[in-house]
Amino acid sequence: MSYLSIIVLIPMISLAVESSGLGVRGFWDTVTDTRTLIACRVSFLCSLAGALVNAVFGLILAWVITRYRFPLRRLIDGLIELPFALPTAVAGISLTVLTTDNGWLGKPVFDLFGIRIAYTQLGIILAITFITIPFVVRSIQPVLEQLSRDYEDAGLLLGAGRTRVFFQIVLPEIKPALLTGFSLAFARGLGEYGSVIFIAGNIPFQTEIAPLVIMSKLEQFNYDQATAVAVLMLFFSFTIMFFVNRLQAKISRFTGEH
Amino acid sequence: MKKLLLSALIFIFSAFLPVSGNFLLAADVEINNVSYDPTRELYDEFNGVFEAKYKADTGKTLEVVQSHGGSSKQARTVIEGNEADVVTLALAIDITEIEKAGLIKPGWQKEFPHNSAPYTSTIVFLVRKGNPKNIHDWDDLIREGVGVITPNPKTSGGARWNYLAAWAFADRKFNHDEAKVKQFLKEIFEHVLVLDTGARGSTNTFVANGQGDVLLAWENEAYLALEEAPGKFEIVSPPLSILAEPPVAIVDAYVDKKGTREVATEYLNYLYTPEGQRIAGKHFYRPSDPAIAEEFKDQFQLKMELVTIDDPLFGGWEKAQAKHFNDGGVFDQIYTR
Repeated sequence: MSYLSIIVLIPMISLAVESSGLGVRGFWDTVTDTRTLIACRVSFLCSLAGALVNAVFGLILAWVITRYRFPLRRLIDGLIELPFALPTAVAGISLTVLTTDNGWLGKPVFDLFGIRIAYTQLGIILAITFITIPFVVRSIQPVLEQLSRDYEDAGLLLGAGRTRVFFQIVLPEIKPALLTGFSLAFARGLGEYGSVIFIAGNIPFQTEIAPLVIMSKLEQFNYDQATAVAVLMLFFSFTIMFFVNRLQAKISRFTGEH
Repeated sequence: MKKLLLSALIFIFSAFLPVSGNFLLAADVEINNVSYDPTRELYDEFNGVFEAKYKADTGKTLEVVQSHGGSSKQARTVIEGNEADVVTLALAIDITEIEKAGLIKPGWQKEFPHNSAPYTSTIVFLVRKGNPKNIHDWDDLIREGVGVITPNPKTSGGARWNYLAAWAFADRKFNHDEAKVKQFLKEIFEHVLVLDTGARGSTNTFVANGQGDVLLAWENEAYLALEEAPGKFEIVSPPLSILAEPPVAIVDAYVDKKGTREVATEYLNYLYTPEGQRIAGKHFYRPSDPAIAEEFKDQFQLKMELVTIDDPLFGGWEKAQAKHFNDGGVFDQIYTR
């Protein structure tokens, strides 16, 4: 507990102190600025979307890796961590090159559907999805590995379909882990700067993310306002995390484990 | 266990070896040039030439150590104790910051000719081959269907020059009517497709990722892009732009401490010799010496009219920064809705 307070609380308090230099009025003006609020909305919606995509596809990925034996499985298993190992700027730049309207991936998508990926919110979602995939996969994987197949077999023997087995037996077991992975991915996506700025386009009111607003205030040595925005982000994240945790606690109690 | 310890020791020592090896081979004199990003190739060549000359003149070997990075970050490292003998940075205010820290004496900008700027640069347009959108001047940027690439003035020093150059143009065009000037700048930024955080990022967006029709760029960066992708781009020099004077200075506190004032002065003075000036020109910086600049008249459009930051229109960096780029400044007003 004291470890937690040192690591987490002290930076938070210093944030509060730093931003208090603005006074209530200045703080309020900073955090209610339309451009800041819209940047926050972009950040939240995009990381929410990224985390949702990962919750689905990360689950499938974890499932495939733990349940099936196929060539190069170990390699693919190792690749999951790649987004962590890669400098985020490298990830951002390569994703951008790949998905501009003349990139390998971007060109066919643009030609077929007229959809641009890089320099739009789609690009932001893509970068966040890429960066946060390991959180979901690595949270679920150990639970899946430990989950005895006997339950599933029993379910199947008792006449439940595969879908029913998944939703009524497997999913409740891994739900807490999935939620953890989801919220970790979501939180990381909110703060992600390095990879997103390359692909985002950074146009105010459209593709400007909250961390960029903070950075540009810092560049001008405007520490008060930068921390004010940071406090705002922190407040939102904390609220969301709080509810996710509550939800998780509820589920855990329900399944009686974990 | 012993073996492990031994190999660990060997490993640690081998890590130091190259350093101590360097000590054995160390030059008689060593000076440190702390510079900014795009001058790397320029000083690579210049240092070699100067080192050879120094050896011929004095018989002593000299090594110039160069380092490059974002200009204000580099200035900060000097303030924090990076013992540079000379600084060659992008903006006078960065050197002024070092002066404020007490490491450089006031009046440094008068110490060398041309405001202590041995070379200058300006903002030009980089367009795609054949100039398909027919872009020749600043007001072509706001024509229907033209996509502009520039970094964000909030996070990029280079982008502030782009912005101010456009401002100077509009001020002339609308006869100092500031409301119209602002409207013009607003329209330019409505044509901006991608607002990268730094100049290199924008060049990448335009050159490698093929976004937009025109990149607002440093002249020297634009030439580098031409060299890298021959036959794909063209440079358009607008009739009016802004003059950037990247200044040089001796860091008094450190040269006095190390006893290198003489060689450091000679080093910077050599930038002003015809030979130094030509090296600058070769690396796409405009030589400050008009006679040498004339030699490069096929390379640079010398007839451009270049407004300086000290023009009454801007009143120097500090004023321009406060008016345009600080939070709530003109640039922010442009980007509200």
